Amino acid sequence: MTYIPTSPAEREAMLEVIGVKTIEDLFKDVPARHRFPDLTLPPAVTEMEAAVDLGELASGNETTRDLVCFLGAGAYNHYIPSVVDHILRRGEFYTAYTPYQPEVSQGTLQSIFEYQSLITALTGMEVSNASHYDGATAVAEAANLAYAQFRGKRTKVLLSPAVNPQYRQVLRTYTQGMGLELAGDDPQADLQSGAEMLRTQIDANTALVVVQYPDFFGRIYDYSELITEAHAQGALVCVAANPTALALLKTPGEMGADIVVGEGQPLGIPLSFGGPYLGFFTTRRQYVHKMAGRLVGETEDNRGQRAYVLTLTAREQHIKRERATSNICSNQGLMALASAVYLAALGKSGLRQVAELCYHKAHYAADQLSRLPGYGLCFASPYFHEFSLCCPRPVAELNQHLLDHGILGGYDLGQDYPALKDHMLIAVTEMNTREEIDALVEILGEASHG
Amino acid sequence: MNIPATLKYTKSDEWFDPVSGKMGLTDYAQSQLSDIVFVEIVAAVGDTLTPGKTIASVESVKAAAESYAPVSGKVVAVNEALSGNPEVLNSDPFGAAWMVQVEGADSSGLLDAAAYATYCEERAH
Repeated sequence: MTYIPTSPAEREAMLEVIGVKTIEDLFKDVPARHRFPDLTLPPAVTEMEAAVDLGELASGNETTRDLVCFLGAGAYNHYIPSVVDHILRRGEFYTAYTPYQPEVSQGTLQSIFEYQSLITALTGMEVSNASHYDGATAVAEAANLAYAQFRGKRTKVLLSPAVNPQYRQVLRTYTQGMGLELAGDDPQADLQSGAEMLRTQIDANTALVVVQYPDFFGRIYDYSELITEAHAQGALVCVAANPTALALLKTPGEMGADIVVGEGQPLGIPLSFGGPYLGFFTTRRQYVHKMAGRLVGETEDNRGQRAYVLTLTAREQHIKRERATSNICSNQGLMALASAVYLAALGKSGLRQVAELCYHKAHYAADQLSRLPGYGLCFASPYFHEFSLCCPRPVAELNQHLLDHGILGGYDLGQDYPALKDHMLIAVTEMNTREEIDALVEILGEASHG
Repeated sequence: MNIPATLKYTKSDEWFDPVSGKMGLTDYAQSQLSDIVFVEIVAAVGDTLTPGKTIASVESVKAAAESYAPVSGKVVAVNEALSGNPEVLNSDPFGAAWMVQVEGADSSGLLDAAAYATYCEERAH
């Protein structure tokens, strides 16, 4: 089967229209010696030989299957029930294209509708879109929404310095050329006072305030007062939330947030060297027309049966063209499905159990580590499953030492925060046993003197 | 097709009432868009309009459109109620679905009802 849809006659006709003789003529701007280079490939191997070669290559990787993992900083090592992968790999889901034609896409549409329903329940919000690429792009779309809501008349976005540094970088890339001022997270920003320092910076030009929950250092704050203050100034507030934590904590929706986004990877998606991940995006009903991406709705067909369709597609770029709020029309369909299956499999109490295990294990680890001479907890605020540990030696040295013992250590906060040199961000999940935590404590204790 | 004789029109399917200074989308426009699900007036009281400036964003079940100012003038009122009842644009485009009211407008360059009717008929073929 050929995958070239044009016939030779059609190609001839097209070449004639554009005035060249052969397809090769189209490449004449590429220097001749770079055109059609000889590929010196090794002789073909059998599937059996290729499997051995690839297996050897893959065994060079060190993964969380072989190592004990205390690394988080935005992506977390959670258990994924086997049912998630079984559903994902069904051809009906795995190979399906975007569900523009509802007559033949009811399964995909229903799964997205259920995903949206689960995410709104988790965040305490009214509307969820069908998802974005990852947490960082979902945060960036929140800025797009706010920009569109104020039609460019408010030009300041206030960022908490405790928002994931990668999210802030992506936000800056996304908003280049929009005339937005991104403020609040300069390197000298006060990291101790949480979001309190943002309150004084909200003014009549502020379109959006972005905070994280729990924040990048794992700390838990109730943002209700900050949100009230922002609303008094007419600004919107976006909370970037960890979905696992939401099973245990007051939801950002209850706090009054206008937009709640986050990284959906903890919900049944493997670490996979950084992707594909899942960005979830929720908001209030009143902002739905400014929301990027797509939305699946439930309706009735002409026989009165329950049916699902893409709703509000008139906002998408293929219809709204240059007036669209965002150029994101697509969604991370397969990963959204994974998270929906994960949430359905665990249920409300199961997810809460995961969150409680994370919380208690992290607190046990923090308690043990903070007793070690030379170590200490950096912040006094309540935290969820991640905490910042002040260390007596450079984090890179300690992590090398841990790796020699088969442990993937925490995130080196000094990379992003000069004030937090020699601070390690340690994540503990339900995957970490007490023995593993005790081993971490023991090895870090031994390593304190170099 | 309803095309009131007292109003003036544009080729982008807006109407303008020289007496009241109100403007909106025509019956022809709403019938082309089909069921309207969303209207957002983007002009605000105090704004100075120039012809062609966007005054509203309209979405139907199958399309998205903008409504442009047919004339220049100073905005003295906007129809705040319209965004809460966008379907009024389907049922009463020349009445309850007015969008923006201006003062001091000059409508001399606009189409009259007969010319607009001809223009709509041309497009129907």
